[in-house]
Parts: sequence; C-alpha cells; structure tokens
Amino acid sequence: MADQQHETHGYYIGDMHNQFVPEHYDPKNRGVIWRTFWILLIITIGEVAIAFTSLSKELLEFIFITLTIVKAYFIVAFFMHLKHEKISLAYSILLPFVLIIYLIAMCLTEANYLNLWDNMFK
Amino acid sequence: MAAEATLAHENSSSNPWGGGKSPYGISWGKIMMWFFLVSDAFTFSSLIIAYGSYRHRLTQIWPTANDVFTHFPFVHGHVPLAYVGLMTFILIMSSVTMVLAVDAGHRRDNKSVAVWMGLTIIGGFMFLGSQAWEWYNFISGTPDGALKMPTGEIYRFPENAPSLHASGVHAPDWSLIAPNHKVIEDRAEIARIKAVAQPIHGANLTDNEYGHPLFADFFFFITGFHGFHVFSGVVINIIIFFNVLSGVYSRRGHYEQIEKTGLYWHFVDLVWVFVFTFFYLV
Repeated sequence: MADQQHETHGYYIGDMHNQFVPEHYDPKNRGVIWRTFWILLIITIGEVAIAFTSLSKELLEFIFITLTIVKAYFIVAFFMHLKHEKISLAYSILLPFVLIIYLIAMCLTEANYLNLWDNMFK
Repeated sequence: MAAEATLAHENSSSNPWGGGKSPYGISWGKIMMWFFLVSDAFTFSSLIIAYGSYRHRLTQIWPTANDVFTHFPFVHGHVPLAYVGLMTFILIMSSVTMVLAVDAGHRRDNKSVAVWMGLTIIGGFMFLGSQAWEWYNFISGTPDGALKMPTGEIYRFPENAPSLHASGVHAPDWSLIAPNHKVIEDRAEIARIKAVAQPIHGANLTDNEYGHPLFADFFFFITGFHGFHVFSGVVINIIIFFNVLSGVYSRRGHYEQIEKTGLYWHFVDLVWVFVFTFFYLV
C-alpha cells in the first residue's frame, strides 16, 4: 500500500489496482436478482390489472404513484446495488431529490391555480 | 518523517475524506456514473413535471391515454395498456440480463458475461422496435381522424361508431366527442361544428387528433428522449459486448466496466417505470 501511494503521489487512481472488485463471490446474489425481477413483474401486472377496476380516480392515482416508488426502490437498491454501498454515497445521491419534491409541489400548485383562473370566466 | 507517517496512517484509517482512498468505497468511474445519473434524473424529472403542470392546468380537456394507445400487434379492436405493459416487461427483463452479466463478471466468467450482455442488447432492440411501432400508430392515427375547429379545439368521433371510411364517406355525423369528453348528439350543433372544422389525421408536433397538441408534444419529447437514452445504452452495450468477446476485461482482471454500463442501463429502466406511470396509468 505504501509503495502504491508513493508511485501515484498519494492520488487514488481507480481501476488500476482493482481494489473494489469483491474478492469473494456470494452465490446468493442470483437469488436476490430473480426475487427482484418477480417483485417488479408482479407489481407491473397488478398495476395494469387494477387500471380496469372501478376504483375512484384519486385512489387509483395514489396506488399507482406509491407502487411506482416501490418499483424505483427495488431497481435502485438491488439492480443498481445502492443498498449495499456506503450510506454516505446513498445520501449524496438521494438527498438532492428533495429539490424535485419541492419543484413538484410548486409547479402543481401553480398549475391548479391557473386551471382555476382559466375556467373562472367560462 | 515519523510525523508524516503517523499522519498518513491516521488519515487513511479513521477519516474517509483524509485522502489516499475513495471516501465512498467505490471507484471514481462509478462515482462519476452515479452523479451523471443524478443530473440526468433531474432532467427527466423536469420534463415530467412540465408535463404534469400542463396536464393539471388543462385537466378538463386533457386526452385520456387509454383512448390513444389502444393497439396490440395482430389484435383488432380496443386493447389499452397491454402493449406498454409488454414494453415494460421487455425492459425489466433486459435489466435482469444486465445485472446477471454484472454478476457473471464478479465470478470472472467471461463466457457468461458475453451471453448475458448479448441478451441485454437483444432486449434493448426489442424495446426500441416496440417504441417505433407505438410512435407509428400514434402518428398515423385512426381511419376517421378528427375535426379541428379554427380556434384549435378537437372534436373526435366516438370509438364505437361504424367506420365509414371504406365507403369513401368520412366523418360519421350522428355524434361527436367534445374536448371535455362530453358526447354531443344535437344534430344542429354537429352541423355547425362540421361547417367550420377541418379534418385532421394522426398526431404531430402541431396537430393531435386525440386532443390537445401539447399531449403529443410531451409524448414525442419525453418518450423520444427516453428512447434516445435506450439507443445510446444499446450502442454502449454493443461496444462492451465486443470488448468482452475480445477478452479485454479478462486480461484486465476485473469487470468493473460492466458495472458502470449496468448502472446506466438500470437507470434507463428506472425512467421508463416513471414514464409508464405518468403517461399511461394515471
């Protein structure tokens, strides 16, 4: 390790030393992949199925958006492996999306107001 | 000299930001891919929020996706959601083959990596082909088309009206659907609309026979931008696939390149999950 730091003047030089490739292969990984696949598939089939039920529009929207976030969690956590990365990396990636939640709240409030305004004189 | 050695030791062992190693425990290449994906996610979020804003503003006259995307190959009639459901399945499946390629890379199994990468590329082409078919149907529209008023409102013909286009007579005249989805059956009103309206067919960036043209604009832009991401992903996957075949990564001793490409490919799948929800389901 000391030799490596000397050679590279102390900078981290990434791939060349192959230091983040796991040494031990875990055969359970493939089970997790297929489990994630089945969860995503069943949620998608369920979404298409309940789209044809007579539930109220608001309830359907709530269910669809919730299930979308659940699917996003499974893709990011298991396919993109973020669940097993350092927590500091997960926070660095996920916290900026607070701004997106704020943008959604802001834009939809404005849009609903404009809708009210457009229809006021009709 | 001794003090320096102590400092270096403290930095590398206790403080992840002390230098000499990656603070996040992953390589710089993967960190850069993650932050590129964060910025790309912001772009897609902004596009979908812009779509949502106009949809909320024009909520009374916004087209219903289940009236627009109703085709399925070799099936006649009204089949909403089935085709995009299939497209979603294709993309999830290609995500699975991608993550299995990453997994095979961890086992240093060059042949399995090549097989799974090849299947991922096939999945990507299947998705692109499906999207082309979806665009084709949307652009060409229904046989009867719709009526566009000089002021821009679109009056559609009911789905279940017997189509008269075969007999050379366009525009059945017993009912129309107003932009706010109400059915008009008053003959005098229909005659008044037909006297001034122009027939339009299909959808493009200025006209949309299914309703407001902004629906078509957002559909073309957002699914087009996503499709371009899929296309880029397929090109990158093909390059990686040939690298695997020529043994670049087995010589390098690790398959981290597959993981970086995999992150991008899963992101494309992730975006489609949101497009599927906000364009087709809600």
